[in-house]
Amino acid sequence: MISIKNLHANVEDKQILKGLNLEIGPGEVHAIMGPNGAGKSTLGNVLSGRDGYEVTEGSVVLNGKDILEMEPEERAREGLFLAFQYPVEIPGVSNLEFLKASVDAVRAHQGKDALDSVQFLKLAREKCKAVNLDASFLKRGVNEGFSGGEKKRNELMQMMLLEPELCILDETDSGLDIDALQVVAEGVNAMRDPKRSFIVVTHYQRLLDYIVPDYVHVLANGRIVKSGGKELALELEEKGYGWLENSDNGAA
Amino acid sequence: MSSNAEIERRIGNDYQAGFVTNIESDTLAPGLDEDVVRFISAKKGEPEWLTEWRLKAFRAWQEMVEPDWAHVTYPKPDFQALSYYSAPKSMADKPKSLDEVDPELLATYEKLGIPLHEQMALAGVAVDAVFDSVSVATTFREKLAEAGVIFMPISEAVHEHPELVKKYLGSVVPQRDNFYAALNSAVFSDGSFVYIPKGVRCPMELSTYFRINEAKTGQFERTLIVADEGSHVSYLEGCTAPMRDENQLHAAVVELVAMDNAEIKYSTVQNWYPGDKEGKGGIYNFVTKRAVAHTNAKVSWTQVETGSAVTWKYPSCILKGDNSVGEFYSVALTNNFQQADTGTKMVHLGKNTRSTIISKGISAGKSQNAYRGLVRMNPNAEGARNYTQCDSLLIGDQCGAHTFPYIESKHPSAVVEHEATTSTVSDDQLFLCRQRGIDTEKAVSMIVNGFCKEVFKELPMEFAVEAGKLLEVSLEGSVG
Repeated sequence: MISIKNLHANVEDKQILKGLNLEIGPGEVHAIMGPNGAGKSTLGNVLSGRDGYEVTEGSVVLNGKDILEMEPEERAREGLFLAFQYPVEIPGVSNLEFLKASVDAVRAHQGKDALDSVQFLKLAREKCKAVNLDASFLKRGVNEGFSGGEKKRNELMQMMLLEPELCILDETDSGLDIDALQVVAEGVNAMRDPKRSFIVVTHYQRLLDYIVPDYVHVLANGRIVKSGGKELALELEEKGYGWLENSDNGAA
Repeated sequence: MSSNAEIERRIGNDYQAGFVTNIESDTLAPGLDEDVVRFISAKKGEPEWLTEWRLKAFRAWQEMVEPDWAHVTYPKPDFQALSYYSAPKSMADKPKSLDEVDPELLATYEKLGIPLHEQMALAGVAVDAVFDSVSVATTFREKLAEAGVIFMPISEAVHEHPELVKKYLGSVVPQRDNFYAALNSAVFSDGSFVYIPKGVRCPMELSTYFRINEAKTGQFERTLIVADEGSHVSYLEGCTAPMRDENQLHAAVVELVAMDNAEIKYSTVQNWYPGDKEGKGGIYNFVTKRAVAHTNAKVSWTQVETGSAVTWKYPSCILKGDNSVGEFYSVALTNNFQQADTGTKMVHLGKNTRSTIISKGISAGKSQNAYRGLVRMNPNAEGARNYTQCDSLLIGDQCGAHTFPYIESKHPSAVVEHEATTSTVSDDQLFLCRQRGIDTEKAVSMIVNGFCKEVFKELPMEFAVEAGKLLEVSLEGSVG
């Protein structure tokens, strides 16, 4: 699915990722945990091609294609989806219009016909229901005046509509109460599929009670310093990150 | 699919109305003096009073100086180097019907998407087509006449309805109102005249399509709309010009009179040639538009300004009667080296008068975009209210947005509210769009259209779609 090798990346000339390696197979859910400032959000931004994140070394291959040379929209059309930690508002642009433009662009890339407006509206309403958002949200501006939980559910709805192959969830749990967290987790679980992979970036173990990962990795100082099964998350919950960071410092 | 293809097609093109019609024209030699004014008046066979009216304006103009307070810089036009009258030769003996109109002229309008043959025309929209200094054709005149509505070139109205023209011409914008209004009053060529009788709701949208074709000419059209008591009319104007290297002058005057309980809705889609990417050429658009609203009357200006090299324009409302309402909805977009100084004046004279100003300025490239607005509450304007919202959107880091609001309140009970915002198309917004597979051009156009939504919803349906597309074309190349 995706193969990340020796990835080095800078933000404003400061090195944040320092040789990250990660292999994710189809259908797998990988959790990335780690202390603040470890480079967790940087990983999602680098993979999705955000401006200002400069890759200095290494490779990222998605389904056999080198994506580092692609524009962000091309990566998205290749099936890479980033659920934002803080989704931005776009006043005046209706959610429906935005979603239609997005789905049209991805479908066109896949050589599929565009859905007509009626078909699309029906589909969008279904997805709203699935994430427990009222259909009236389709008419509102993209994230405009949405609460934190509504924004996250809106992200989830976009993910469901686009049916990406690789979903990166960037601290999706931040700012969510327990009910909203459950709705989001259920949505993600419903999308788990033998052909779809997930990178779940989180600071807390809590989210992983609901989205149970196949693998857990600890990111510290720009590298994966420890990998394990889901039980690693519990161990981190108990011990914190300090012991791993120290070991990494020793190694470096 | 089809809408995407349409966008692709439009993005791939520059200014689309930039072609020149090859047609033989009678064009007056450059220069301006009293003889030229008399010539124009004679050419149109005008009565004595109008010739004198023009001359009075000309004499006033000679003593005036060009205003320089607007936030625009440009080389002052040489008024003696311009030609003040140009008409296609084929229009010399007024064609009686469309069948007699030069096919080259009809083809010009078809190319611009304005079919003049009534069977092909947009149902429900009557069009007056003005080409340089003359009106080429006015559609649906008979049908409108059945409802008592007069819609004809002002040059004809002078002959057919002299009492109305004499009564209202210059009643809202006097001859010596300002430098360009005085010039227009002296040399105005053609334009539309509309009269809606008492209690009549105009059965269709009226529109005028202005086209400058000839080089080194100015266009000075004059529009006069009178809505008698309790009547209602919606009017739209569109403007285009060929791409030419030299600047061309357009100085129009529009006067609206809304009698008691009448309503006028006036929409403009202005797409004069804006000049090229280096700022060469383009139209100087110096326009005076003003309305007077009597008791309980309502006047609504909606404008989408995407063209012209320099724009200087303030569609205004004199809220004379009690309870009258004035509205101004504006989208002004500047790109490359365009400059715009535009806004409105709301002058509250009557009691309980209300006005709303919604202005959206979008600056891209190296352009400068200024909102200038006056809200004046006069001593008798008891209970008057104004709400102004003035938003600027910046695209890129080399353009400018400026806001010059003037507020004068002389009545303690008057309420004036002013809100202003300046924002940019943020990298975060663009990234969200791109991460969802939407390319940058499409994303910018979506964000800008969203920004303008409050204004677009005031436009008649089919023009709202057109305006959205126009923004898209005008923004081309604004994002690296």
